[in-house]
Amino acid sequence: MTLSRNLTRLLALGTLLLAGCGTLNSASESKPNLYQQLGGESGVEAIVYDMIVRIADDERVVERFHNVDIARFQQGLETYICSVSNGPCEYTGESMQVVHAGHNYTDTEFNTIVELLIEAMEAQEVPVAAQNRLLAQLAPDYSDIVYQ
Amino acid sequence: MRLTTATCALAWMLVAMGLSPGASADTGRSQLLATGGVSTLEGSAGGGIVPMAVLSGYGTREEQGGAAFASHVHTPEYRLSVAGGSWSWRNRLEVSLTEQRLSHQPLSNRLGVGQDSIRQSVIGAKVRLLGDLIYTPWPQVSLGVQHKKNHDFFVPSAAGAKDDSGTDVYVSATKLVLAGAAGRNLLLNATLRSTKANQLGLVGFGGDLNDSAELMGEASVGVFLNRHWLLGAEYRQKPDNLSFISEDDWHTAFVAWFPNKQLSLVGAYVDLGEVATFPDQRGWYLSLQGSF
Repeated sequence: MTLSRNLTRLLALGTLLLAGCGTLNSASESKPNLYQQLGGESGVEAIVYDMIVRIADDERVVERFHNVDIARFQQGLETYICSVSNGPCEYTGESMQVVHAGHNYTDTEFNTIVELLIEAMEAQEVPVAAQNRLLAQLAPDYSDIVYQ
Repeated sequence: MRLTTATCALAWMLVAMGLSPGASADTGRSQLLATGGVSTLEGSAGGGIVPMAVLSGYGTREEQGGAAFASHVHTPEYRLSVAGGSWSWRNRLEVSLTEQRLSHQPLSNRLGVGQDSIRQSVIGAKVRLLGDLIYTPWPQVSLGVQHKKNHDFFVPSAAGAKDDSGTDVYVSATKLVLAGAAGRNLLLNATLRSTKANQLGLVGFGGDLNDSAELMGEASVGVFLNRHWLLGAEYRQKPDNLSFISEDDWHTAFVAWFPNKQLSLVGAYVDLGEVATFPDQRGWYLSLQGSF
């Protein structure tokens, strides 16, 4: 009786463990999601930091950031990238449209920011496919940002 | 020859301008690398033989840009040298000027004529109608014209061509699908052209079989290995207006290298089929471009 109960428990535990193994196996076999390909939390932070350094050095866009709370921008962008790349974050800030409305951002400024993001990702050695997948997630924001 | 030399000099001057560090001061170059395409044999931005909806250079909607280029096509019986330049305004309008010179000594020998080359000038204009290559879900669509003037009409007229000038009108739709091919960016282009040009117009316009403009389909596809390297292929449907010399559709397979926004280099394998009595004109294509 006790033995059979213990056996049952053991079996149940074994099944759970096996199931767990199965899940672990399939997780490690399946491709990492985009967030992981970007380097996870530390990777995204490094990309955003690198990009901000480049913004500060680019005369085409730097003036737009003079009155911007950089820490807040940095935090918001990290969370936004994390959320669109299936990371464990939910972007709860204002929509891209609301954030950029009334600023009349130009095509030049948008392209410059994209270029600086690409350069930052290259500097952080993000694989080309992951770079492209992130850009694919962000590209539709163009219509919410430029000349709004 | 003199015209081509002049345009060549102009082209090199523009390349030099593009290379000079101060060139970006008043002309912008804020679009992403490779988005200005390269210069086709007819001067319009695109690939090698098929134009695309993109405009030359790297100017955004607030900037201007342009390109200067020199290209060479080498097949068993023909050599085609091309040089030209283009200027684009606010990613809306592109104008281009191109000189072509076809050397055809084997054809002259076969026909027993002294003239061994044909020159042609092409003036082009292209307007972006809608869309953005990268940022809109729909493709970038442009409407273009290429007005061509053949300067050595003796051989073309002997072959049965009706006119020494003509105008092509085309519509191109081009889309860069980000991460569209196993994580690589995929370039797709379709062009529809109304034309009566024989071999680009180098063998004149119209002929005994047909003397009215016909619609021709053209397409390009490419994959960016990274933002500097593009592998691709093109197809261009051709008219067949002359009973004396048949004309085949053209194909290319190309590698384009964009080391930076100032320079690009294209190498291609070309299959032009039968060209003015000589079959199997397969060879190579090389193009150097400076952008500003």
